[in-house]
Amino acid sequence: MEERSAIVTKGVSLWYNDFRALDSVSIFIPAFSIMAIIGPSGCGKSSFLRCLNRMNDLIDGAKVTGSIKIFGEEVLSTSCDVVELRRRVGMVFQKSNPFPKTVFENVAFGLKLKGIRDREFLLYKVEKSLRMAGLWDEIKDRLNHSALDLSGGQQQRLCIARALAVDPSVLLMDEPASALDPKSTAKIEELILELKKTVTIIIVTHNLQQAKRISDHCAFFLDGRCEEFGPTAKIFGQPDKQSTSDYVFGKFG
Amino acid sequence: MRFGNKTATRRELIFYALCLIVTSFALTALLITVGAIVASGALKLNLDFLLGFPSRKAEQAGILPALLGSAYIIFLVAVVSVPIGVLSALFFEEYLRNGPIKKMLDINLKTLAGVPSIVYGLIGLQIFVRTFDLGRSILAGALTISLLILPVVVIASREAIRQVPGSFREASYALGATKFDTIWRIVIPFSLPGIITGSILALSRAIGEAAPLICLGALTYVAFIPDGLFSPFTTLPIQAFNWISRPQPEFHQNAAGAILILIILLLIVNSLGILIRLKLQKRLNLG
Repeated sequence: MEERSAIVTKGVSLWYNDFRALDSVSIFIPAFSIMAIIGPSGCGKSSFLRCLNRMNDLIDGAKVTGSIKIFGEEVLSTSCDVVELRRRVGMVFQKSNPFPKTVFENVAFGLKLKGIRDREFLLYKVEKSLRMAGLWDEIKDRLNHSALDLSGGQQQRLCIARALAVDPSVLLMDEPASALDPKSTAKIEELILELKKTVTIIIVTHNLQQAKRISDHCAFFLDGRCEEFGPTAKIFGQPDKQSTSDYVFGKFG
Repeated sequence: MRFGNKTATRRELIFYALCLIVTSFALTALLITVGAIVASGALKLNLDFLLGFPSRKAEQAGILPALLGSAYIIFLVAVVSVPIGVLSALFFEEYLRNGPIKKMLDINLKTLAGVPSIVYGLIGLQIFVRTFDLGRSILAGALTISLLILPVVVIASREAIRQVPGSFREASYALGATKFDTIWRIVIPFSLPGIITGSILALSRAIGEAAPLICLGALTYVAFIPDGLFSPFTTLPIQAFNWISRPQPEFHQNAAGAILILIILLLIVNSLGILIRLKLQKRLNLG
């Protein structure tokens, strides 16, 4: 399984100053599939996600050890180009965070960072990304409106479109639907299922039903360790560990 | 404020009354001041006074050199202190790591903002007038006033930069932005309205400063229009101070006129600041 994986982590540990947030996490994440990370609050799910595109670099006192290979390239080495890494590994946050700019400017932001100025090309990419995010038909006439005028669910899909615009091969999603109503959540889930044809998706979720519905593989985190990972059916059916079983069958969490 | 409901207690009423009294006290004081200035200075609001030069005869005296001196100073101060202040604020908020050095600089900055303006006058005298040999020039005056308001500009800009939500920075970094990209495309545009508001407030303070300039040796009697960076100069508050120290009541009227124009200038600068801010905010919301 390891050689066909998009992401392989070995013994990843994370410290925030003296606090150990992750303890030797080693997992494989297969390409073109959806991996859900589940576990109780504070177990290190989001922290782990933020290791994968080195967002923890931004936090004073954060230190990561171990090895993370994404399509064979070591992410944690000093020679890793973080800017390039973050283009290849996109991220969608728990709280939708569109910039207070137009819809167009939001989606084109990452492309403009790359120095792309050609209006035709930008328009083409913006349309393509919005289509992938299932948003084009809803807002194609409002490209020059402020992104803040969109509904909550649309804003989150706009953030997904913004992340997709730079053609990432991996998409990290940190509880992308936790602040949305059931209808918007359903749309996001549908979108995620569609996206796995083109990108590898890792989604952190609190919602066990959601993990069960959409993921192919599942990793259960507890107290900064990855207790168990494997096919979703196995994790929710016959997990190896007692702790996993207690969590997925609702004994705690 | 409604007191109809039953939970309103006597204590609440007393506190409300206290706040009301204190506020009216402040407002009354302001009204009396402005009223007195308008009453004795309104007559002076004419072109002869605006475009005239100082004179030994009170009725012939005008404020043109002082008005232009103040305008030049404000312009130069804005050009010098705002860019330096904003860059320092960016350094503080975006580059300096939390730690003892930041703490020390932070305390230093806040102390500097509270140092009496006369002290800046003395520093300016020694550094700009003497060491750099700029003389008692507009440039020396503007640099001194820039030093004076720099801490205020830095503090206001830092506040504005801190208001930019961390989620915007995260989104930017996650899309492959470098630190420079993020500062240039996100932090500066979104903090600009706040930075401008803070800078305008600091500039308003600079307009009214007389003490440090007198300390530098700004002239009190200038019968010519300043003709460049190295020209001697006077400003409105210095002119008003000069007139007010004369025994003749006619000169006091001139002082009131000069102060009135100073206040009007202040209002103009503040409104310009508000206009720029509103325009920027509007542009930001629409992209």
